[in-house]
Amino acid sequence: MGTLKSGIYFLQGSEACAEAAIMVGCRFFAGYPITPATEIAEHMAKRLPQIGGIAIQMEDEIASIGAVIGASWAGAKGMTATSGPGFSLMQESIGYAFMTETPCVIVDVQRAGPSTGQATKCGQGDVMQSRWGTHGDYSAVVLSPNSVQEMFDLTVRAFNLAEKYRTPVVLLSDEVTAHMRERVVIPPIKKVEIINRKKPKRGDKAFFGLEEVPPMPSVGEGFNVAVTGSTHNEYGIRFTADPLVHRKLVERLNGKIQNHIGEIADVESYKIDDCQIGIVSYGCTSRAIYDVIEAAETKGVKVGYVRLKTLWPFPDEIIKKLAETANKIIVPEMNLRQIFYEVKRAAEGQAQVIPMNKIGGGELITPEELLDKILEEAKKGND
Amino acid sequence: MVLAGQILGKAAAYNGKNVVQTQSYGAEARGTTAKSEVIISEDKIGFPIVRKCDILIAMSQEALEKNIEDLKEGGTLLIDTSMVKNIPKANAKIYTAPATEIAEKSFGQKIYANMVVLGALNKLTKVVSEEAIEKAIKDIFPEIVALTNLQAYKKGKGTVKLYRKN
Repeated sequence: MGTLKSGIYFLQGSEACAEAAIMVGCRFFAGYPITPATEIAEHMAKRLPQIGGIAIQMEDEIASIGAVIGASWAGAKGMTATSGPGFSLMQESIGYAFMTETPCVIVDVQRAGPSTGQATKCGQGDVMQSRWGTHGDYSAVVLSPNSVQEMFDLTVRAFNLAEKYRTPVVLLSDEVTAHMRERVVIPPIKKVEIINRKKPKRGDKAFFGLEEVPPMPSVGEGFNVAVTGSTHNEYGIRFTADPLVHRKLVERLNGKIQNHIGEIADVESYKIDDCQIGIVSYGCTSRAIYDVIEAAETKGVKVGYVRLKTLWPFPDEIIKKLAETANKIIVPEMNLRQIFYEVKRAAEGQAQVIPMNKIGGGELITPEELLDKILEEAKKGND
Repeated sequence: MVLAGQILGKAAAYNGKNVVQTQSYGAEARGTTAKSEVIISEDKIGFPIVRKCDILIAMSQEALEKNIEDLKEGGTLLIDTSMVKNIPKANAKIYTAPATEIAEKSFGQKIYANMVVLGALNKLTKVVSEEAIEKAIKDIFPEIVALTNLQAYKKGKGTVKLYRKN
């Protein structure tokens, strides 16, 4: 058995994620079981050996991300999948992957935290952790799927961004999106864009600088590469006290993400230039939007929306545009305000930004609740 | 029950419909209540979770009591009478099938009750084609048990009875 044949399937979000990883060339998976991310590990454990890859259950999440980073330096595309508690354990090594410019994909299937919280119930509480979870000056790349189709499409994109920018990429899913099953269209592999890391030429020595995204050798290829999480120069040599070396390295690492927000930050938007109420949403919560637009319009309220398919880097520009048109922007989230503050910042006072939050029991914000909120805010007018 | 929802969803996808299946269950490995929801539509499906359902299938007393308020007025309620003893007064078309009992008697194990109830459901509603559901059963189960599951499904079609029509 090879990669999934093109066609129409009825897949679970987790399966679609695993199949996408395999299609884009992932041949190494390391993980530790945790609800609600275990299905990804199970599917990788079943499928990778069929295709010459390796899936391994490690002793914990720290070891899992470590194994994935190691596999990446051995030349493989690697992935791990976890949920909140495991994602917390991985944070230090995510910083190591960022500092050593190691492409890899981390899937976080969010459940209701903090701590063990409600293990089987959906939440969106890891949004800020995915941005700031590791220490130091860091630029995260975090994608947010809202359907099984996007569990496939955005997993492909996660690997491509990781390889292109030589950086860890997080697919921030949630219990609902990863567990639900939907009709999915799988494209033929020829039609799937696959980006591979730039490899060095013979004689190259600078694998950590000179270029914005330097070439990456694999261990065993004869490049004598030194990999360290400590501050290093272009050649991988440690400089743990020199201010200039640190400045240059960390500014380049952040710059290679921040200078390309236009390409990395992807959104779905609707009527942002012609609406009274705007909605900014992401992940499973955003599914309610599709059911309220028409209903609001028949009651005389024009609604536009921005759906964040990329959470980080944050797409300030499009939020600013929405804020120039809409009087109010509602931000529904299954947490106690996380993206809300980003939207408020990006709106720069041009629109009133209103939080809408619900946590516990995995209960989503329903279309009925969202519609009520839209109509209520439209009726109230501006404060 | 979750598996029955998957089979129904797969069959609907084979029939070219848009379909979403979700599930919820407790943190325990087994013995807790579990729910499987399926939305089938000709149009694009927005919100993936059922708020008001057209059809409710109850396979335990607790599940029935927990979920009956989500059934639309005049909707269809299908009850496994081997597990549910108190049938509520509801504004619904109520049907019964002793699914768990049939599963044990005819197939030796309770686990086939979900296929029996799926047969009863499709007999009542014809929500998916017979070809599609047979293909879905064959695709989901390993060959060694697919036939028994298919037989349980077919048996289910003959066991459903109208209990009360409001």
